[in-house]
Amino acid sequence: MAEIVRVYIDGKECLAQNGEYLLQAARENGIYIPTLCHYEGVKPKGSCRICTCKVNGRLMTACTTPIAEGMVVENNTAEINEMRKAIIELFFVEGNHFCPTCEKSGDCELQALAYKYQITAPRYPFLFPTKRVVAEYSRIIIDHNRCVLCKRCVRAIKDAEGRSFFAYRRRGQHIEVILDKRMSEQMDYEKALEAEKVCPVGAIMARRIAFTTPVGHRKYDKKPIGSDVEKIK
Amino acid sequence: MAEKKIIATTSLAGCFGCHMSLLDIDERMLDLIEVVEFNKSPINDIKKFTRKCDIGLIEGGCCNSENVHVLKLFRESCKILVAVGECAIMGGLPAMRNGIPLKECIDEAYLNGITVHANVNKTVPNDPELPVLLDKVYPCSAVVKIDYSIPGCPPHADLLWATLYALVTGKETEIPYEVFKYD
Repeated sequence: MAEIVRVYIDGKECLAQNGEYLLQAARENGIYIPTLCHYEGVKPKGSCRICTCKVNGRLMTACTTPIAEGMVVENNTAEINEMRKAIIELFFVEGNHFCPTCEKSGDCELQALAYKYQITAPRYPFLFPTKRVVAEYSRIIIDHNRCVLCKRCVRAIKDAEGRSFFAYRRRGQHIEVILDKRMSEQMDYEKALEAEKVCPVGAIMARRIAFTTPVGHRKYDKKPIGSDVEKIK
Repeated sequence: MAEKKIIATTSLAGCFGCHMSLLDIDERMLDLIEVVEFNKSPINDIKKFTRKCDIGLIEGGCCNSENVHVLKLFRESCKILVAVGECAIMGGLPAMRNGIPLKECIDEAYLNGITVHANVNKTVPNDPELPVLLDKVYPCSAVVKIDYSIPGCPPHADLLWATLYALVTGKETEIPYEVFKYD
């Protein structure tokens, strides 16, 4: 049986299994650590950095940090929240995030995080990069304007043999997500919906379906992101 | 009673939706005019600034030379400048043309678009009176200093009300989660 250890998150004593990731341990104890690239059930990557906490005085990503006895964690502090806000703002200026026209608006995790921190406008200048909208696949449309490169689609959407439907191509600022041409032929409607769901933003959209939920009933219209975690106490 | 705050508003590259949303504060408009007076604004049709204003509300981003001119005028004439709505904050829907070269946009609109029928002479508007289009649509903060921003497309009437109330009274206000939206 796994050993139970004690960690302190913002001064609150939390019990969790030794070796568990800090993010999971916090959520089990009703403490929400915001995430974007993390997806339940998929190996964490730690690429978006939003879950960064101060662990024993050092900045660590909660999704990739295993807990250990006596860990002192700062999560919901002014310093950490300010840093998280800055990261969210960088996402907004780096892409072309036109919320009013986006099919994912209201269900978008990036937008929900911005709502949580009540970001009125980014402090950085908008870059307006030129990005492609790829509509060559039969089941999905990939809008690179909205992609935040979390790699959730690459990591989570696989066929029965464990092969990824999606992949990265190019490097650096030219990096983008592509759907494998041959794999795209075997992508069915359910898989397309799954891919849309896995995408935290509106970069992957299943074809022939959009705006199904009326305004006011969407995921983050009434309740902030993470409120379901904070309820467990 | 304290002196009334002077408010000016304008719509640059916007759709007037934010001004409509301001009217959506409904009967609170009566409370508002008790404490504020409108100067240059499409609401009262005052075309020119007649005095220095306390608060300037800007709807829309900058897509042409006239927008830039008006925005700079507002910065000079208003103590506090507020970007209202997504267009003023980040360019909004007009900024969706930013990934397309300007010439391509104009050609599509006046020459090659499938709905272009009446333009038999194949001309593009070029009257010297017309403002010159900018290469891109710019957020207001790229042109002048913006003091506050109210997001939304349009911003919720309650959010506009809360912000105006806070600016006029000088008291900090809590923004409910439901009214703070980007769409």
